[in-house]
Amino acid sequence: MITTRNWILVAILLLLGAVPAAAAYFEQPFYLDLLRRVMIFAIAAVSLNLILGYGGMVSFGHAAYLGIGGYAVGILAHHGIHSGWLQWGLAIGASALVALAIGAISVRTSGIYFIMITLAFTQMLYYLGISIEEYGGDDGMRVPVRSQFSGLVDLNDGTQFYFLVLGILAASLFLVHRLVNSRFGMVLQAIRSNEARTRAIGFSPYPYRLAAFVISGAMCGLAGALLVNHTAYLTPEFMNWTRSGELMFMVILGGIATSAGPLLGAAVLLLLEDVLQGWSLLPREAVRDHWQLYLGIFLVLVVLFARRGLAGLLPGKNE
Amino acid sequence: MNYILIAEQTLNGLQLGVMLFLLAAGLTLVFGIMNLVNLAHGALYMVGAYLTTWFYQATGSYLLAVVLGLAGTLAVGIVTELVALRTLYERDHLDQVLATFGLILIFNELIAIVWGRAALYSTIPDYLSGHVQLTDSLRYPLYRLVIIGVGLAVAVLLWFTVSRTRIGMLIRAGASNRAMVAALGVNIRLLYTIVFGVGAALAGLAGLLSGPIYAVQPGMGELILIQVFVVIVIGGIGSIRGAFAGALIVGMVDTMGRAFLKPTLATVLSPTAAETAGPALASMLIYLLMAAVLAFRPEGLFPSRGS
Amino acid sequence: MKKQTCTLLAGLIATAFLSAPASAQQKVKIGFITTLSGPQGVIGNDMRNSVEMALDHLGRKIGGLDVEIIYGDDQVKPDVGKQVAEEMLKKHQVHFVSGIIWSNVMLAVAPTVTGAGTFMIGTNAGPNQLAGDQCNELFFSTSWQNDQTPEAMGKYMQDAGLQDVYVMAPNYAAGKDMVTGFKRYFKGRIVDEVYTRLGQTDYQAELSQLRSKNPKAVFVFLPGGMGIQFLKQYSEAGLRGQFPLYSVYTVDELSIPAVKHAALGQLETRYWSQDLKNEANVKFVGDYKKKHGRPPSFYGAQSYDGMMLIDSAVRAVKGNLSDKKGMTAAMRKADFKSTRGKFTYNNNHFPIQNFYLLKTVAGAAPGSDPVMEIQKAVFTNHKDSYGKDCKMKW
Repeated sequence: MITTRNWILVAILLLLGAVPAAAAYFEQPFYLDLLRRVMIFAIAAVSLNLILGYGGMVSFGHAAYLGIGGYAVGILAHHGIHSGWLQWGLAIGASALVALAIGAISVRTSGIYFIMITLAFTQMLYYLGISIEEYGGDDGMRVPVRSQFSGLVDLNDGTQFYFLVLGILAASLFLVHRLVNSRFGMVLQAIRSNEARTRAIGFSPYPYRLAAFVISGAMCGLAGALLVNHTAYLTPEFMNWTRSGELMFMVILGGIATSAGPLLGAAVLLLLEDVLQGWSLLPREAVRDHWQLYLGIFLVLVVLFARRGLAGLLPGKNE
Repeated sequence: MNYILIAEQTLNGLQLGVMLFLLAAGLTLVFGIMNLVNLAHGALYMVGAYLTTWFYQATGSYLLAVVLGLAGTLAVGIVTELVALRTLYERDHLDQVLATFGLILIFNELIAIVWGRAALYSTIPDYLSGHVQLTDSLRYPLYRLVIIGVGLAVAVLLWFTVSRTRIGMLIRAGASNRAMVAALGVNIRLLYTIVFGVGAALAGLAGLLSGPIYAVQPGMGELILIQVFVVIVIGGIGSIRGAFAGALIVGMVDTMGRAFLKPTLATVLSPTAAETAGPALASMLIYLLMAAVLAFRPEGLFPSRGS
Repeated sequence: MKKQTCTLLAGLIATAFLSAPASAQQKVKIGFITTLSGPQGVIGNDMRNSVEMALDHLGRKIGGLDVEIIYGDDQVKPDVGKQVAEEMLKKHQVHFVSGIIWSNVMLAVAPTVTGAGTFMIGTNAGPNQLAGDQCNELFFSTSWQNDQTPEAMGKYMQDAGLQDVYVMAPNYAAGKDMVTGFKRYFKGRIVDEVYTRLGQTDYQAELSQLRSKNPKAVFVFLPGGMGIQFLKQYSEAGLRGQFPLYSVYTVDELSIPAVKHAALGQLETRYWSQDLKNEANVKFVGDYKKKHGRPPSFYGAQSYDGMMLIDSAVRAVKGNLSDKKGMTAAMRKADFKSTRGKFTYNNNHFPIQNFYLLKTVAGAAPGSDPVMEIQKAVFTNHKDSYGKDCKMKW
């Protein structure tokens, strides 16, 4: 069933599809870059929303999969394998595997323990990334050749890359939409709202939550593969714990457990960051250097007063 | 093996442990009683270090600065609780994590606005510097011994308060069933404010103790905060005993890992492999430990609730 | 209700678009990327102050043209640095990108900038990749190649005949590079090589290990906050008098106010010092102290030089900013008054320059902070060791 809200989401995606033409018309190619970045983070946020929003699992370590996806592409490229099929396949596969390992331990816990254990695993991977000298250590490394798809799409062409990211974003939105409305998704949401009752009617929560955790990790790994192609640079900074916090913020800012939420959240947070830092808007250095102060205040206010997020402002009823 | 060195590293581990304990005690109580995940706990540690450093420079008296610094951190903590955190108690962990993440940004920037981003000069009075000859061949810095002493004293005091006094009884009761405590007519709001204030003051104490040996700069709280979370998760959230055990374990494991992991690995692996693996493993050790503990005891070593 | 969200989004996008300036070609546009927010913002601030000082000294003109300078904040994240660079290139259409403190940010940004056919003038980070096979006609450094400074310290300690050295650095790429550079010139015995966690706060465990090894000298590289904590703990542990401490990038004008006496006697190597007596430096240091009430750091001196280098290039092509070849040729001459005195460029566009041994001594006025003073020259006209991997010939 397609709700009003989902129509709005489709409209937003169509609008995003018109951006390359507009950017070309106004001769502002930079916005293609900015929005591509926004959409890549939106994919990561969509994947986090699956476990955080629908599954009720507050993962404070989702940036780990951005890193794993990135490293999968970077490591293969470093060894001269530029095939995107292999690179992205590895990104998804490796992220799923790592998510399976982390999930196997952490999904058994709940509440604060879950938050902390996901954080701890990401810290571990972060320090691992810093220590591997072969792949640049903390400096990271350049990934000068973008993933190649047998001539089907050329990622060096900004517009083609843009549409590919848009396509993947639409696909992941659709996938999560189908998932949460499937039997699997219903069980997952049932576990979130009342674990004891779900058990009582005969569902064991563990496999459902673990499966969601793995799917989410794999999707975020793909976002990591896109991100490293976008920046042409691989760095363990992808896995910094503050990055996990930003992803969570995108989800909650946009509206938790809504389909449009992650995209709105990623867009507003990243555009706001760009504007807050914008040299032309805030003339005084003293003001500009402290943009994180305003971001912090904004964050606190959103959490305290806009509990349903931006998607809550959209018409139509809550899903 | 060199026994003197092992003894010295044990003291180092103990000192790091009690420092972590001071931070973990407040955090674990706040979580246990109010069910609040407070990422901004590290910010209070930073506030403690800044205020004490500043008061010491302004007044010239270290003891006065310590008192004022503690009082100041307590005040900042209570104001934060009243203004921002109080509304978060009934929210889910997600909201709490995000709002207190926002508070970290706010605190760091406010500190940078008041004192600048450069690290502050922070020192100790002469009577606390110097060394103590513990045995013939073991000298240890006096100030580090003072930290160990203060930390252990606070641990004993907290243990006594929690297990032997009326307020401690309420705290224990609150940790196991909040609704029941409130239903029995206890002013739960006041209890919350007291617990949060004590936690803030302990964080401030850790901050003022660490000022002279660490760098007093914005963001200093986050460097140590994640380790503190590891401590309370290993120990079991809400339990002072768990925080103490967790802090000592993490302090020891981290110190010993940094000191002895590489030489130990070198006896098994090639020197170059040990050179690479040693430091990498040492940085990950406490996280591995935490994963291992949670894999076998998902509620930590000393769970405060339930069976 | 729907309107609110749409208006918000549209508003954000519109403000971003509207802030795009009209393209006026009569101005030189320079994008300066550094770290302005967060704890590391203190370095970026010093660099920005020095850039402004350079522009003041140039009469707010670069090569006779009006100048517009745009500052960007990289937040110490390579992908953010790259995003900021893209914005400068595509939205502001700058002619030069300059700045950059961190090697990892530089490695992400420099290829982006030079790939777009724009000049990149690095004023701090000098990773070996950019000095070697990734060298570029459009990339110039006014600082150093990462290895050069520890090489100078290695040379000094080798010449001093020191043996049994204890080496310590954080466990990350720059840490390993520093030790590699050090060992290129220091051939004596090393008792232990220790790599600590990046961002570590407590060094007591390492200090105990150090004492038990009983070295004759200690060599460390611990930049920023790590250096501050290490120096305080080193002196508090009473090791200052026991084991002489040699370092690179551990003590500087930004950290001295935080460590004061704990830095006294510290030996560092560097290509610049506030007490270098050349015309440009005396003017720069004097005016900086007058304006900001404290001495500039080497980060500042490099950034000041960066602006002077750009000025010399634009002047040489008489303001014809499309003459990239002409500007490259001009910059290769390094024809400007540098704060380090006259230097020349290696084939990879990294400076060939002198390196000095600096010692932290008590300040002249009672109660003032310690200052770093030149003791002797360790290297004269020292070349970095990666030029041979760079294909560029001129």
